[in-house]
Amino acid sequence: MITDKTPLVQVRHLVQTFNAGKKDEVRALQDVSFDIYKGETLGLVGESGSGKTTTGRALIRLYQPTSGEVLFAGQDIAKLKNGSAQMLAFRRQTQMIFQDPYASLNPRMKVKDIIAEGLDIHHLVHSPQERDARVAELLAEVGLNEDHASRYPHEFSGGQRQRIGIARALAVEPQFIIADEPISALDVSIQAQVVNLLKDIQDKKGLTYLFIAHDLSMVKYISDRIAVMHNGRLVELASAAEVYHHPLHPYTKSLLSAIPEPDPDSERQRVPIAYDARQAEGGQRQLVEVLPAHYVYATAAEVAAYRQSN
Amino acid sequence: MERILEVKDLAIDFATYAGTVHAIRHVDFHLDKGETLAIVGESGSGKSVTMRTVMGLLANNARVVSGSVKLAGEDILHKSEKALNQMRGNEVAMIFQDPMTSLDPTMPIGKQVAEPLLLHTKATRAHAMKEAARVLALVGIPDAQARLKDYPHQFSGGQRQRIVIAIAIINHPKLLIADEPTTALDVTVQAQIVHLLKDIQAKLDTAIIFITHDLGVVAGIADRVAVMYAGKIIEYGTVDEIFYNPMHPYTWGLLEAMPTLSATRKRLFAIPGTPPDLLTPPQGDAFAPRNPYAMKIDQEQEPPFFAVSKTHAAATWLLHPDAPAVDPPAEIKRRKQIWAQKEGNHDYR
Repeated sequence: MITDKTPLVQVRHLVQTFNAGKKDEVRALQDVSFDIYKGETLGLVGESGSGKTTTGRALIRLYQPTSGEVLFAGQDIAKLKNGSAQMLAFRRQTQMIFQDPYASLNPRMKVKDIIAEGLDIHHLVHSPQERDARVAELLAEVGLNEDHASRYPHEFSGGQRQRIGIARALAVEPQFIIADEPISALDVSIQAQVVNLLKDIQDKKGLTYLFIAHDLSMVKYISDRIAVMHNGRLVELASAAEVYHHPLHPYTKSLLSAIPEPDPDSERQRVPIAYDARQAEGGQRQLVEVLPAHYVYATAAEVAAYRQSN
Repeated sequence: MERILEVKDLAIDFATYAGTVHAIRHVDFHLDKGETLAIVGESGSGKSVTMRTVMGLLANNARVVSGSVKLAGEDILHKSEKALNQMRGNEVAMIFQDPMTSLDPTMPIGKQVAEPLLLHTKATRAHAMKEAARVLALVGIPDAQARLKDYPHQFSGGQRQRIVIAIAIINHPKLLIADEPTTALDVTVQAQIVHLLKDIQAKLDTAIIFITHDLGVVAGIADRVAVMYAGKIIEYGTVDEIFYNPMHPYTWGLLEAMPTLSATRKRLFAIPGTPPDLLTPPQGDAFAPRNPYAMKIDQEQEPPFFAVSKTHAAATWLLHPDAPAVDPPAEIKRRKQIWAQKEGNHDYR
């Protein structure tokens, strides 16, 4: 739900290189630029190794960018000093929900301490009673109840743990949440519950999401716009409907052609489209606004062809 | 049709510190030569335990309460460990979910692929390696001969899963069990692996059991489908019967919860609640607490199977002649309309 078009996050020519200059140099992100508007959900899809997780981590400054910049509410996050008041404020504004609900909760901590850790760090509660009340409120918000507060993570199912992870993220009242494959470890019927929960919370609080996933069919449900990554580059960026009904870049087409549908008739006729990166990446290509609000990574000639085909 | 596998009245308990878990509660199914059966269910529904039983791989705390498992006519539940070793990797082979952990990282792949041949046949080393190269080429590893000495880490995730498949098929097993073989892979790679399995089946006439929770993959690969819930099969039928004429409310829920590219709904359907605790299986229908169509009898008595056709049956009281007619969800109605067109008759529930 886009309420206005003010960008909350601006990524400008971001390059992230690991082990620069060494034999095992990895160019994880190559000249990535995009905006995330206030109140929207941007879906980020791509295969393993495409750079989508690196992008998510760069946005909460787990890395120092090699070049380029990331602006959060207009402020360059690379310039924030560790331990400074601005850094602490930024960390409160931006929260993350992780893929594996089994690995992302400390098994030795009670649920209430997991959820209240952020409250303690940011001094958001001032008495044990207030702390318990806030935890109970957060648990209710994600569909769990007060009794769960004094249990340990192992007593919960995968879907419930993911709800605890969401409650922890919400505790510090962030503006922006990065969800890195939050549902891929869950069963289909539970995935739907978690996606609906994330949507409800967004509607209620006006949050901004970056939703990272490799499952395009699920991303479509939650995203306003979708960015497709491959080999560390953004190859296409457009509204969710545009990406699905009118994909332009060959990689997006290939990705869409491979998604299995729960329909035997259409599966029998499925023809996956092969993708050859050599034909559609590198060279003189840039991310160009081919149609209004529809960006594609292409050469000038390809851009002309895309425009013509409309 | 040659019957490869026959499972009858199988029930398995696990002894745990918390008490006895009734993981499998009386399961029947069978599989013919060259056929693909998909077993669909959530984590904890018992699909993997069922398959481990067929492989003779049950943990020490498991107890077979009742039933029989016959592979090519032979009962495997009472076989010795030695006889089971003879069977595994020879008559029946398994492909696991995670290709990263099912290969030995310290052994060249050629040796790993040739191993079943050396163990189960009198093949010489040289012949086994030659055969390994041939099978690796068959599963689509480019330049297989030259890569025999490479280690697993030198291959991508999709290629590793191809290598695992090569190990599984080198002895031409009668039955191939694939336990979520594509879950850990990217969508594009997943499509390739599904295609490969179909291709192998056409070439070798192997029977395949495909375990998954992804109905999209099932639609593309299965001939028949069995849906499991809380340790039981609750509906089975041909792939068309399950996708276009489903009868059990749980199957409805699964189909509704699947996001489809074409659908325009803004909100996803979610099955409310969570599966029951199998330490104390509920009386009556295990799905009743999550079932909006549950009736009084669902709380009291477990539904038997009601036959819909010769190949299709579902364990739900909704199919009882005295049950009131229910109005299925819109998505299921849409599917049943396709079914009605296929059947050429409009008399559907």
